[in-house]
Amino acid sequence: MSEPTTSSEKRHVMQLVLDDNMLMLFLAITVPTVFYTLWGIMEVITIPMAK
Amino acid sequence: MATTTMSEFRVDPVSGLKINRTANTLVKVNAFAAIVFLLVGGLFGIGVALTRMPGVQLLKPELFYMFLTAHGIVALMVWIIFFEMAVLYFLGAHLLGNRLATPRLAWTQFWLMIIGAAITAVAILQGNSSVMMTSYVPLQAAPHFYLGLILFAVGALIGCFVFLGTLVVAKEEKTYTGSLPLVVFGGVTATVIAIFTIASGALILIPTFLWSLGLISQIDPMMYRVIWWAFGHSSQQINVVTHISIWYLIASLVFGAKPMSEKVSRGAFLLYILFLQLGSVHHLLADPGLSSAWKIFNTSYMLYLAVLASMIHGLTVPGSIEVAQRKKGLDTGLFTWLRKAPWGNPVFSGMFMSLIGFGFIGGITGVVMSVEQINMIIHNTMYLPGHFHGTVVSGTTMAFMAVTYYLIPVVFQRKIALGAIAKLQPYVFSIGGAIFAISLMGAGTLGVQRRHADISFAGQPLAYEYPEIAKGLMSFGEIGGIVMALGATMFIIVVLASIFTGERIAEDAKPWPKVEDADVVFEKTGKKHVGTGGFEAPGTFVLAMVLFVTLVLYYFINFKYLSSVWSMS
Repeated sequence: MSEPTTSSEKRHVMQLVLDDNMLMLFLAITVPTVFYTLWGIMEVITIPMAK
Repeated sequence: MATTTMSEFRVDPVSGLKINRTANTLVKVNAFAAIVFLLVGGLFGIGVALTRMPGVQLLKPELFYMFLTAHGIVALMVWIIFFEMAVLYFLGAHLLGNRLATPRLAWTQFWLMIIGAAITAVAILQGNSSVMMTSYVPLQAAPHFYLGLILFAVGALIGCFVFLGTLVVAKEEKTYTGSLPLVVFGGVTATVIAIFTIASGALILIPTFLWSLGLISQIDPMMYRVIWWAFGHSSQQINVVTHISIWYLIASLVFGAKPMSEKVSRGAFLLYILFLQLGSVHHLLADPGLSSAWKIFNTSYMLYLAVLASMIHGLTVPGSIEVAQRKKGLDTGLFTWLRKAPWGNPVFSGMFMSLIGFGFIGGITGVVMSVEQINMIIHNTMYLPGHFHGTVVSGTTMAFMAVTYYLIPVVFQRKIALGAIAKLQPYVFSIGGAIFAISLMGAGTLGVQRRHADISFAGQPLAYEYPEIAKGLMSFGEIGGIVMALGATMFIIVVLASIFTGERIAEDAKPWPKVEDADVVFEKTGKKHVGTGGFEAPGTFVLAMVLFVTLVLYYFINFKYLSSVWSMS
């Protein structure tokens, strides 16, 4: 397990992104919702009805 | 800012952690509930295994489906999610020397999950909800089957927000500064994936509950499958992230190891957040009506980025152990560091078995079966239970068992009882799990269907005779299942004996010897480098290459087999 970095150290922008838990939550919901759920639902509802 | 007094905390003599008493009680009750449900799920699993064994066929079909439903729900969801709640509270409170944000809500989480699991269990045991874990419509269970699952999921969701709130408290009260430790960041990754997972579950289980009450006329089966798998598969991804966080934790605890590159490991967790859940599509690769574009984009492009993350973790965890061992003087040969690792310590041996089992069994087969063409050979066969027992049993459950051997002294303040059994347990459980998973995947590759009480289809109008080797593999695999159950029983006996009869560790006991930080030890030696040939961890590099070559070979073997199944003339 790593030691946490001290706040006085200048953190890389990527680290600042990773430190934002709400951004992580947003990404974890948005990406699969768009690529899996919404796209998948569109796939199902665009299946033509049987005649 | 809330104020805390020191009396709310104790300094643990085993770990040196500052432990909040209220948080500790919640870790205890969630972990204990998990162990009880592991026992229950395992008992149902034995019934399933002894029925699938062609020479035994213990249960009648009606009872088999009831047992299969109970085993799936209890072992895949209830045991694991209770344990994950314990892990999240441990990470958020204990590891950060912090209090829990809202203990009352955490108790609500616990009781909702208990009540939800109990309601669903009643529905299953009443015999009219044998719809298996997937509960595919139009199969309909009793309304309280779905209600129980919904309550259980709401409880888990509350637990996720308690964890996130706890991190806010830790930041406010400055129990850590800067970035979260990597292991806790792993907990954040598991939590945010869990929130998507539970939201997806609500999206499909609430309408299905209303349908079971007759308030909705129908649920489209294909729509159900698409949304249910956002819940069903992602719930297993929470496990993956949690057990990988546990690998990092154990590497640090046992060896004083640090990640080879913390930036790379954090980046790998980000890849999980972005792409891991898209693998849900691999359950739908044989579904007509869904386009290949959707299937292949999600499984053969995006999922590979999550696989890359798994390979990074699979390299950096043993790599960090190797570097730590070399820094402590075991810097000769390729595998001296591994040979001289503490194989008698179940915390380490369980973790390493989990790593090997997850990588070579669950991981490789998961990647290969996500290829749309190859999936045609094994879809809905015994290969699937073989694969996911490789991930959930050999990977996740083994890692959870390993960390339990650490949690008992720290959280329950008891020494491990029955040490000889504890030393042996990870090997028994892992070997049984490996035999089970590999044999069932072999049978599945030969076409043996899953979810059948009798693979001989005796008395059916359309009988089908599988090759004798398939029957042999089923029998051998289920023997592995019994060995695995023996390993689980050994674990439960050790845990219960330790909690109730283990030697108590007093709060003011002399601090236990600390594992030395590998970097500190290395500094004293005055050396500059470890490893050979320009590699800091050459042994791990060789192991990673073995895994990679195995993956490539297995991939091409499956394509070769596919070409023989559908020969062209």
